Amino acid sequence: MSVATRTITVALIGNPNTGKSTLFNVLSGLRQRVGNYPGVTVEKKIGRTQLHGRQFTVVDLPGTYSLAPRSPDEMVTVDVLLGRRDDVQPIDVVLCIVDASNLERNLYLVSQVLELGLPTVVALNMIDVARDKGLALDVERLRRQLPVRIVPVQANRGIGLADLKKQLVAAVESPAPNVASPFPEAFQQEVEQLSQRASSNGHTDNGHADSKAPLPRYLIERLLLDTSGYLASSGLDAIDEPLLGEVRDARSRLAKAGLSVPGIEALARYEWAGSVLSGVVTRPAQRKVTLTDRIDRILTHRVWGALVFLVVMLLLFLTVYYVPDITRASATIDWLMELASGGVARVVPEGALRSLLTTGVIQGVGGVIVFLPQIFTLFFFIAVLEDCGYMARAAYLMDKLMSRIGLSGKSFIPLLSSFACAVPAIMATRVIENRRDRLVTILVAPLMSCSARLPVYTLLIAAFIPNLTIGSGRFAIPWLHALTLFAMYALTIVAGVAAAWVFKKTLFRGPTPPFVMELPSYKVPGLWVVLHRMFEQGWAFVYRAGTLILAVSILVWALAYYPRDEARIDASLLARQAALQQQLNAAGAAERDALPAAAQLAAIDNHIAAAHLENSYLGRMGKAIEPLVRPLGWDWRIGCAAIASFPAREVVVATLGVIYNLGEGQDEGSDELKDTLRAATWAGTDRPVFNIPVALSIMVFFALCAQCASTLAVMRRETGTWRWPALTFVYMTTLAYVAALVTYQVGMWIGS
Amino acid sequence: MSSLATFKVGSSGKVATIEGDDEISLRLMEMGLTPGAPFTLIGVAPLGDPLELEVRGYRLSIRRSEAQRIHVI
Repeated sequence: MSVATRTITVALIGNPNTGKSTLFNVLSGLRQRVGNYPGVTVEKKIGRTQLHGRQFTVVDLPGTYSLAPRSPDEMVTVDVLLGRRDDVQPIDVVLCIVDASNLERNLYLVSQVLELGLPTVVALNMIDVARDKGLALDVERLRRQLPVRIVPVQANRGIGLADLKKQLVAAVESPAPNVASPFPEAFQQEVEQLSQRASSNGHTDNGHADSKAPLPRYLIERLLLDTSGYLASSGLDAIDEPLLGEVRDARSRLAKAGLSVPGIEALARYEWAGSVLSGVVTRPAQRKVTLTDRIDRILTHRVWGALVFLVVMLLLFLTVYYVPDITRASATIDWLMELASGGVARVVPEGALRSLLTTGVIQGVGGVIVFLPQIFTLFFFIAVLEDCGYMARAAYLMDKLMSRIGLSGKSFIPLLSSFACAVPAIMATRVIENRRDRLVTILVAPLMSCSARLPVYTLLIAAFIPNLTIGSGRFAIPWLHALTLFAMYALTIVAGVAAAWVFKKTLFRGPTPPFVMELPSYKVPGLWVVLHRMFEQGWAFVYRAGTLILAVSILVWALAYYPRDEARIDASLLARQAALQQQLNAAGAAERDALPAAAQLAAIDNHIAAAHLENSYLGRMGKAIEPLVRPLGWDWRIGCAAIASFPAREVVVATLGVIYNLGEGQDEGSDELKDTLRAATWAGTDRPVFNIPVALSIMVFFALCAQCASTLAVMRRETGTWRWPALTFVYMTTLAYVAALVTYQVGMWIGS
Repeated sequence: MSSLATFKVGSSGKVATIEGDDEISLRLMEMGLTPGAPFTLIGVAPLGDPLELEVRGYRLSIRRSEAQRIHVI
């Protein structure tokens, strides 16, 4: 296809905090596809846009300060730009967005991009911020000194987009700019020699020229500069031991000439940026006190900063925790689920299909949607904090504390959010650019006591912990209940800190990553950016995690429903059920509910349901694992409930309801359920199943276990592999088992 | 020659050299702390670490352990 008609592929790159995501969003609107590059934790975002019939595909690359790959994640960006990935079209033009208020550092990345030899357009954003700082920019002069197309834009208001697209087309249709290398002559010669050596490498080996494509010049230069050893060991074709030997020789020759690798790169590029900017930026004689200065004087102040931080975090936590209730979002979702179940019950006759639809599908879908209010709320908050510039301050304030367990300040907000819900918290770890830190944060986030643990705590505390109070009447404080609840939260924090410490010492051991973080200028967050981020995250969760959660809940339903062998149910129960049913059918519709037979039938139905559950595969599994859970003080029914609550731990309350003959629909507030649990006895004896140590052991187990398919699914999505969710499930379940065992045994020992 | 970690809040200086050529010193250089670059120490976080600098017209936060490698004129 000719250049004049085909789609233009644009790579969008820029420093963090330059408005890159905003520009991507205003360019492509809702025409975006979001996914992951396989095998790495890099998000793949591709959008579409057009101008006068010309189609553009925009590839949004992760925000970065430098194009120097030192990890597989960073290598993705370079490979996309160099057209070395099969899953992305070769790039026609690079669009580099720069922060006009901070040109010197932004030009560092531009200078690397220019060395790729691709047509390049620079979008000059945030000129207003530059003006607020008192900087005067001479854009014409910049154009003369930096011979690429430079387009002033205001990404947040969508100003300058048409001109930007015109320049993108023009850049593709004209030859790539030839910008002189920022490096000294001697360095360039070494790169040239290595290039020739490497390209001869690509063609000599046993005639397979294709399998060893020559390395692009930019990668040869990187190989010379990369002393971390990442590129040398990355398995790239054409890099062999003799070539690496020559790289070492070249480095020592350069060092003798006073051009030490790797320091030479930053020196050369900043010197180049200085020359490009000479006469372009005029600073005020007296440094202007900006709004950011004034805000920061408070927000990073020793006392006020800490105080404001506490208030903001408290607000964030309370909002995420309570919004689903306050907005009645949870109640609405419950109501919709009941409505759907009712509709199904009217249309579908009683049997396996109805049970599958109501218990498997509707509850499965509900189990996914129920997280949406929290995901939306948390991401609204996080997007606001990030877009206004406070997120970096939060990391700055908390870094010292988090560094004690080997993490950085950037892990704080995801971990705090995890107390509301681990699902959005794991998604929020994307701000952590260090891979090891990010994985450790993802692995310990599910330990934090999320809101789904509350029903379990509430039920068991109310049923089994003595209600000792201080004070009287309306002011009575149930201190023992409160203390137990607090102990559960404290337990998860201690476990989380310990787990993070252990992971950092074992699996993720390595040098402390640099904590070198920009503190961007404050600005008013853009509503569109915030809403977009919120809906994008919500949709990503429903779409990617939802399908898996639905599958798991159907599987658990099947385990609890089949084999459905009527022959195993006590025949007298079935006969009584049939008789009562007949009696009711004979009565008129009006008086039916008032008959004593109705209540009796309901009780018998519940008994039959419990008997079916006992005979189901799930019931058999519960019995099979009884020897395993007996040391925790559990009978087979609790074991069974623990298995059934794999998709979501709060399901355990409803399962206990079914298993103890109360039917479905029991919640943690039900007095009936509490009474039944208190009355439950070990099979064939009158020894009660539940006592305080058993209740505590169940609570401790559910505090520390990984019974949440949504969390595991979202971990898979964020890390791109099943390895980490599998590890999380194993380590958390082991931890939960051991802790529950210790709780029960110590409890019994104290009690005896 | 002293290290940046011993600087007082509010004082300015110029980078002389950065110790080492590992990832940390590379990151510091990439972010603009190259030999000769002027900077101002703007503040210290409430818990005593990290530090907040102004360099090349923007604000950068680094830990004390990183600041110790930055020798200053």
